Formats: sequence, C-alpha cells, structure tokens
Amino acid sequence: MNRDLSVTGVLSRKNAIMRTSVGIDYSQYETGTIGFDYERLMRDTGYDLSAIRAIQSAYGVGNTPLKELRHLTALARKVAAPGKGARIFIKDEALNDSGSFKARRASISCYHAKKMGFPGVITATSGNYGAAVASQTAKHGLPCIVVQECYDSRGIGQPEIIEKARACEAYGAEVVQLSVGPELFYHFLTLLEETGYFNASLYTPFGVQGIETLGAELIEDCLKQTGRLPDRVVVTNAGGGNLTGTARGIRQTTNQRIEIVGASVNLKGLHMASDKDFNRKSFTTGHTGFGMPFMTNPDRSDVPRSAARPLRYIDRYVTVNQGEVFFITQALTVLEGIERGPAGNVSLAAGFALAQEMDQDQILIVQETEYTGAGKHHQAQLAFARENGIDIRFGDPVEEVPGISIVLPESVGKIRTVDLDLEAIRRSAIKNAVKDHRRIQASDVTYLMEETNSSREFVTRVLRDLSVEWEE
Amino acid sequence: MIPKGTWVQIRSILLRPEERTGNLPEETKKVPLEMWIKGTLLDASELGEKVRIRTVTGREVTGTLCAVEPAFRHDYGAYVPEIQKITQIVKATLGEEQP
Repeated sequence: MNRDLSVTGVLSRKNAIMRTSVGIDYSQYETGTIGFDYERLMRDTGYDLSAIRAIQSAYGVGNTPLKELRHLTALARKVAAPGKGARIFIKDEALNDSGSFKARRASISCYHAKKMGFPGVITATSGNYGAAVASQTAKHGLPCIVVQECYDSRGIGQPEIIEKARACEAYGAEVVQLSVGPELFYHFLTLLEETGYFNASLYTPFGVQGIETLGAELIEDCLKQTGRLPDRVVVTNAGGGNLTGTARGIRQTTNQRIEIVGASVNLKGLHMASDKDFNRKSFTTGHTGFGMPFMTNPDRSDVPRSAARPLRYIDRYVTVNQGEVFFITQALTVLEGIERGPAGNVSLAAGFALAQEMDQDQILIVQETEYTGAGKHHQAQLAFARENGIDIRFGDPVEEVPGISIVLPESVGKIRTVDLDLEAIRRSAIKNAVKDHRRIQASDVTYLMEETNSSREFVTRVLRDLSVEWEE
Repeated sequence: MIPKGTWVQIRSILLRPEERTGNLPEETKKVPLEMWIKGTLLDASELGEKVRIRTVTGREVTGTLCAVEPAFRHDYGAYVPEIQKITQIVKATLGEEQP
C-alpha cells in the first residue's frame, strides 16, 4: 500500500488513525455546536474505580504510602506567622513500579490494549510516562515504542530525557528520539499507521481514570492516619491529567469539599518549540509551558477530545520557580531522608509555601513524588544548567529569569507561590472553545459552565464580550 | 567494517528545514527535524554510511550509522556547591547545630 507520507498527507488521515489506534469514536460524544458529553466518554470505558484498583493491584501500581513530613512542617512553621503551618503529607508515588504516578495512567491503557488485542503500544512522551508504559507493556508481554523529543540540533540531549530513554530500553521498549519540534506528532501518526499499535495517549479516558485511585487513596490514607480529611491537595500541573484524575478520585470518595491547588514551574518567556531554549530549562514537564496552553485549550492534545480537563476541578493555580523546587528537593533529601526527583517536587515546593497560610491543625497533601537517578536529580540538573550558561545563585526567587538564571532562595522564607488569574484563564478557555462560531446552542452554555466550573452569569458575560450569541 | 548484527544507532532527517510546518521560532525553522534510533545492523557497514537496522519491535529502519554499541553516559554532573549551602540553610533555620 502506497500511503502519502508527506506532513499534509499524514495529517489529513489524523482522525481515522486516532479512531483506530485508541478504539474510540469520539464523534458520538459531540453535542450542540461546540460541546461534548465528557462524563459519558469517561463512563464508556467500562472501568470504574474498583475495576481500576483491581487492575493496578495486579500490576504493581498504587497503594503507595502517605508520609507525614514532620521536619519540613517544622521548617515551614519556623518562618510562618504564629499558629500557622499546616501538617504536610506526601504521597510517595515514586514507589510505583517504574517510579512515578504515571504508572497509574499506563496500567489502564496497557491493560486495555492487551484486552482489545492490539499488537503493541506506542506513546509519545519525554517524561516518566514513557518508562511507565514500557514497564506495563513488559508485564503484559506487548511490544512498545516510546517517541521522545530528546535532542537539540547540536545532538545534545536533556539529561532527564536521556535517563528516561535508558529506563524505557531497560524495560524492553524501542525508543525513537527526535530533535525539537511539534512535528513529532506527524511522525507519531506515521508510526501508529505502520504498526497498528494502541495509542497510549496521556489524554484518553484510560490515561486519566488510572489516576482516580490516587485521589481515592489519599483521602482514605489521610482518614486512617489522622482521623480527618485533608484541607488542601496540591497537584503538579502540566497536561492536566494528574489534576483531573486526582480530583475525580477525591470526589468519588468524599462529599466534603477539598481545595485542589494546581502548581507549575514558571518557565515564562521560554518557547516550547525552540531549539535554543530546549536545553536552557531544567524542567521538562510540570511547567507553565504545558500547564497554561493545556488548561485554556485541553483539546490541543493528541486525541480529538482530551479526558484531562483541569479547569473543571481546579480551585487555585500557582507557580513556583526552578530554584525553589531544587531547594525543596534538597531539603526533602536532607531533612526527611527521602531522595526523589526534582520534577515530582514542584507540588512540594508550592505546598511548603501554601502550608504557611494555613492553621497548624490543618492538613495539606502533596500528591506525588518521582524516582531519581543519574540525569534526573537536582545535582545533575543544576550541573547541566551551569554547563549551558545558566546563572545559578542565591537570592530572591522572584528575580529568576527562566533560561537565564536559577535563583535559589537565600532563606527559607523566600519560598513563595505566585497566584495565576483563574478568571482570565477561564475567559481564555471559553474563547478557545467557541472558536469562530458566532452562535452556540443552549446545551453549549451548560457545557461551558462545566468546562470552566463557573456560573451561567460568568459564561454569558464572556460570550457577550466575544460577540457570540446563544440560544436561551 | 562494523559487522552485521552489531547493536548500533542511526540518525536520519525526517523533515528538511523547508519542509517544517507549524508555528516554529526562527532557530527551529532553520534546522531539520532529526531522528535517532537504535537496533541491530542488517549489513556490514562503516560509520557514516546509510544503513538498515532492525529495531527491538522488529521494524526495519534506514538512516546514517552514527554510533556503534551506543552507551548511556549521563551522570550526576559536576559538583554543585550550592547543594551543601541549602543543607546549611535549612538546618540553621531549624536551629540545628552543624558539626
């Protein structure tokens, strides 16, 4: 068969390739002019929380310990106002097989691929998810291909991504490494077509439902250990799946309202498709370069309708700087005796600052850690940054300029979060959802309220500002 | 001559600069989209030659032979004195004496 392998040729077959490789006909969920039935899409997988628990328990995933960070709590109280400084707990997700919470996502995708009879699994990721899919496919005896954005045009690879390639190869996967650029998606499509493998996208319902157990467990663990519910859960946010899945799991486990805070590393000013900026950042995920665009436009993902929709669940969105995350990673190591990867500690840096706003009898849960090792360690990342000309110094982290400097807090009290404007993000999300439509239906207004977790008044005000009409 | 069956890495150009698409910054637009992949060499060849390999999933891929028995050499990098300073800051804040 002679297929047109040009970029336009391949992209013109995108919908058909996706439908075959994910096994979901997304068109059946479309409603109104712009909406779709998100809950039905999630329900139709056939995996509920108890089914997911059973699969994960059989495949080395989940039931990670929730650990109280007594020394970090004490440290926060040293610099907090009198009476402030919530108890900080961390869900030690590094203890999943393959070393991160991503194993939860991969476990359902790979189980499903096996059940549906796919001949193998492909995923496009430079992060822990690659190792997670490689590990889970190893358990199922399925071939696996991981496509990474790894090198700049000099052939220099980000150490963290090189380490992930090593892990994937160790689990028996084929690793396809590309230079910088969004056309990775084009090559990914050609591989899906060539192999007929399952697309273990992070954004399918399987990839998000797998995290619901994390939300459920942290509620159950917290109740068991402290006799009460957490007041606040802090989640690292990039593509939005982690936050979405965790929040959904929490909601299925308790009716009490728990505040969900998203946290990203501030990489403002760095272009995610820049060959030059690629190796000038110390975080390859968990940053605003993914967090912002995916929150305001979740369907920019590699499936027609992303199951990761963080704006439906997020109560507050904060950023921290690279220097603060490296600092807290070392503090975790030396005070708690827990050595973990820096990328997983974005939410810890944020949680450390946010705990200081809360009363001492309150509870804050940081919901993940990730494994560490050569390449993906604060020592390795700081050394690599310095080699690439980044100015590393102590000072006030607000002075950090991504790609130019990494400013480590000169004192513990200098670790602070910056709040992002969620109302502006909601406006932007509505604008992206409406696209070029000048008139939408009544069901679309309800859809936008759910999408942005906001009132009818807010949605219709934004629609009016956009000169979009709607049916009453 | 590198023998057939050797574990190697190849490099190839997927898109030349003029074929690149999308919203790309200038520095990315002017370089090609490249791919690196590993497998076993299907014909005895020399470094720099165009070769065929078989990957671990059984796919046959062609490209320029760029490494023989490629190894992972990523590490923990050079000494970073700031890390010890962080330890000192957090211990001092907790009022712990440093030996």
